[in-house]
Amino acid sequence: MEKIVYEQLQEQLFYEKMENGLDVYILPKKGFHKTYATFTTKYGSVDNQFVPLGKTEMKQVPDGIAHFLEHKLFEKEDGDVFQQFSKQGASANAFTTFTRTAYLFSSTANVEKNLETLIDFVQSPYFSDQTVEKEKGIIGQEIRMYDDNPDWRVYFGVIESLYQNHPVKIDIAGTVESISHITKELLYECYETFYHPSNMLLFIVGPVDEQKIMQQIRDNQAKKSFPQASEIQRFVYDEPKERAEEKKVIPMHVQTSKCLVGIKAPTVHPAGKEKLIHELAFNVLLDYLFGKSSPHYERLYQLGLIDETFMYDYTEEREFGFAMVGGDTSDPDRLSEEVKQILLSFSGDSMTESELERVKKKKIGAFLRSLNSPEYIANQFTRYAFNEVSLFDVIPVLQSLTIEQMDQIAKQCFRESQIAVCQVVPKERK
Amino acid sequence: MINEKITTIQNMNVHTIPTDKYKTNTLVWKMKAPLTKETVTLRALLPYVLQSGTAEYPSVKQLRTYLDELYGATLNVDLSKKGESHIITIRIDVANEVFLQEKIPLLRKALKLLSDVVLRPALQDGRFVDHIVAQEKRALKQRIQAVYDDKMRYANLRLIQEMCKGEPYALHANGELDDVDRITAEQLFQYYKKTLEEDEIDLYVIGDVQEETVLEAVASHFLLPNRTVRASVKETVSTKTRDKVNEVIEKQDVKQGKLNIGYRTNVTYEDDDYYALQMFNGIFGGFSHSKLFINVREKASLAYYAASRLESHKGLLMVMSGIEPSNYQKALQIIEKQMEAMKNGDFTDEEITQTKAVIRNQLLETIDTPRGLVEVLYHNVVSKRKRPIEEWLSGADRVSREEIVRVAGKVELDTIYFLTGMEGAE
Repeated sequence: MEKIVYEQLQEQLFYEKMENGLDVYILPKKGFHKTYATFTTKYGSVDNQFVPLGKTEMKQVPDGIAHFLEHKLFEKEDGDVFQQFSKQGASANAFTTFTRTAYLFSSTANVEKNLETLIDFVQSPYFSDQTVEKEKGIIGQEIRMYDDNPDWRVYFGVIESLYQNHPVKIDIAGTVESISHITKELLYECYETFYHPSNMLLFIVGPVDEQKIMQQIRDNQAKKSFPQASEIQRFVYDEPKERAEEKKVIPMHVQTSKCLVGIKAPTVHPAGKEKLIHELAFNVLLDYLFGKSSPHYERLYQLGLIDETFMYDYTEEREFGFAMVGGDTSDPDRLSEEVKQILLSFSGDSMTESELERVKKKKIGAFLRSLNSPEYIANQFTRYAFNEVSLFDVIPVLQSLTIEQMDQIAKQCFRESQIAVCQVVPKERK
Repeated sequence: MINEKITTIQNMNVHTIPTDKYKTNTLVWKMKAPLTKETVTLRALLPYVLQSGTAEYPSVKQLRTYLDELYGATLNVDLSKKGESHIITIRIDVANEVFLQEKIPLLRKALKLLSDVVLRPALQDGRFVDHIVAQEKRALKQRIQAVYDDKMRYANLRLIQEMCKGEPYALHANGELDDVDRITAEQLFQYYKKTLEEDEIDLYVIGDVQEETVLEAVASHFLLPNRTVRASVKETVSTKTRDKVNEVIEKQDVKQGKLNIGYRTNVTYEDDDYYALQMFNGIFGGFSHSKLFINVREKASLAYYAASRLESHKGLLMVMSGIEPSNYQKALQIIEKQMEAMKNGDFTDEEITQTKAVIRNQLLETIDTPRGLVEVLYHNVVSKRKRPIEEWLSGADRVSREEIVRVAGKVELDTIYFLTGMEGAE
């Protein structure tokens, strides 16, 4: 077991790679009641074309299958695993993103038992025709719920407008139609390809004894056998730099319009330190341009174009990166224009060192605050680890950022042809 | 378990909770007054005006720039209601300088800033600044309207409006749309002065702090006016019973129907039966092992979510679920059947044990966050009944099957609200 000490943050992280390839991290947190553990596979909604384990041909699977699999894994021959967790005083959950599927529990007692339950249920799939059919009703309602949610519609709408080919533009849950094609055989095929321990990471954070926990995991894994893993082959999508469409308007039964401006990063580093630098620099730049202390925020607020829902964020995953700026607004066209103007007119020359320092300070404080949260630590650590960087490098990387890096991002990304707009507007009353 | 010290300074209760769990220190300011039609909108506007500028930093930009300088200290406000009290909350969360290379007294600065926000706002001619008030009125209107676009929140709001018609609880914590325009900067300022004189005020300081240092800083920065506080007045909670169930069906252009059901529990936070009510809710619909989740979602496959929650200070139990519009009767029947099962004591010892374990877990997790801890402790301020954390933990654990059945007997169906699609089947 390796021990990594983060002096300034006063944290100690323990790491070991199991013989079957599983990465295990433990972060002891004294003083907390809660232990939070996530068991994550590097498999998400964008992995819709791949070579199944033991095969040689690329295969396309129905949209939404990674998320469907996430739901189904909870069900076993003798009932569902939620029951098991609650008997042990834990609450369990799971989520699927573009590139990851995570299973988790949090509990303040019976940590060893709950951890055993978590690892075992994720590593013992059980799908039947009958339960697969039944799940279609539940997920159908999950999809409907998001259909009625204007924030979700505008969010996915802008991604759809940015991407021409890449499956990031497909809703994570798929559609009622696409999930109707899911079968138990397909679920097993996806499971076997992506749930190999060498494609997974286990993270435990809480008031735990790292030696005992690590031994428990070694013993658990030693009891199980897995086939030899080969490198997973995913389809590589050819995605142009340019957006798919300039503007999308979605009429809905709403009173207030919503508007998001999306920005597409033309290329991103697949992994490593450069990736972390790029992601943090992009976020610092957005904060500088649109944060509450920026001149633009003040002006847009005074003009009545934005309110407290105004947000900005940059997301970067394995092979794509996009930013979003916007929120509820009384005038979606005017807001789109204003935001575009701010983006297109920025250059590094207009930023001062002291302004950059201020945004860095803000980000450092926000990072410290997020370390109060075991959920944040486990989820973000895993995300970063899959990208071959460490969450705990965030502060030094933030401190090292330069105006030139901001300028470069603006030159690469703030181009008319890489910007798309999506608006949700009130439907005409009948 | 929790080391909470309460000191009264100028009729304000200062709660200090020292702990080294966090990387930040948290300040939470709470002001409580009765929920009334006359004040609800003024009160909903006030904290947003306060957070828009102080005498020293008189604009959003200046104030937010200063917060950035304090290593991204966060300042945020919100409104809530507990029973028939209307509560303003203002929070500042600031990094603990121990984790920074630069040593600056961030906690002291944050306390000073909080006192500036609540006591030394940006003024113009002895009242709030007109353009700030105008902007925040506009934002408030958007905030009130936003509820209509989030169907889950909307259905919940409509259920409460229908169920609590004529009671203060029917008012929304964000105020009434029709009352916003009439508010003037002068009127709001008068109201503000009154709140400082009359509201019940609690300040929580949680983190790597020493009690004496905090109290000393509070005493020097927080100079409140002469206060005639309605010391710990408990608002009387109105209850009513219906002779007939109220059924409200509303149509909108939605794909998913929202079925929300309100019950009167006739038990509130101060009653001895409170823990039994928590157990009841846990077995019925509070968790993913509960009857609603198992029967509506897992067995009948009708919904993605089907759950219940309590409003403990008002004595309400609310069921919420998202279903296909055509499944209205089916879902309703299943939910009613689960309620019947509860009343008949038709639940296993295993369900009881499971629920006790999960309630305990939930409480311990809540108090792991500064924000959750304050919310749990604040129940004691809102209610006459003081329950230490230890009692919360043992309370649910001691509840017997008979007590759960007895509480179930008190629960009365009041209102069924269904938001359905335009061509929704009846």
